[in-house]
Amino acid sequence: MKFWRWLIGAVILIGILAWILWRPFPFLFYPKLPLVGFFGRAFYILVLGSLLCLYRVARGPTSADRIVAVDLLGVMIIGICSVLTITTRRSWYLDIGLAWALQSFITILAFCKFLEGKDFDA
Amino acid sequence: MLEAVGLGLIALGLAFDLFGCIGLVRLPDVYLRLQAATKCITLGTCSILFGTFLVMGISAVGVKALLCIFVIVLTNPVAAHAIARSAHRAGIRLWPGTVVDQYAEDQRKKH
Repeated sequence: MKFWRWLIGAVILIGILAWILWRPFPFLFYPKLPLVGFFGRAFYILVLGSLLCLYRVARGPTSADRIVAVDLLGVMIIGICSVLTITTRRSWYLDIGLAWALQSFITILAFCKFLEGKDFDA
Repeated sequence: MLEAVGLGLIALGLAFDLFGCIGLVRLPDVYLRLQAATKCITLGTCSILFGTFLVMGISAVGVKALLCIFVIVLTNPVAAHAIARSAHRAGIRLWPGTVVDQYAEDQRKKH
């Protein structure tokens, strides 16, 4: 049972990765973004990683799992902002990433203090 | 030349990010997930940002990318340390196959 779950997950992940590397789909989110070539593939790989982080946020057994996943989702989104900066040549995407990093730090520290004081969902 | 180096760094960072996310999904414990994912994703995103700096050159974008690297390197290990400490204090159990728990030993020795 465990082996079959592992195999199905590996096949799905490798299939999505092969689809991204074979042909990126530029029409999915916003048709004017030039998401083809190397940076389109980079963008979709980062979106795949963010979806894995969101899976851990939704399915994490304890609350500390959710806090870890939210923290790492913020860092992945900074990477997405960097790739979008190169493709669109607009520098304000990195402003979004900078503000996200600073606010994510303060938010994570507040969550940690709350988790330390009170035992919920564990 | 610098653009080629930048593209290589971005590809390396993408590989690190993807493996970090797979570790975040696959590993069995909070502490193992933190251990695997934080280092991988921090290094991968810093590599992507430095590749952006090398591709775009010294401009507003490049300086903002360097500032992002500075902020991430400064704040993300602190956040990971705080998460691990608060998770241990909140009483979240370790994986049953864990060999050693030195923080609990230190707490026991202190009391």
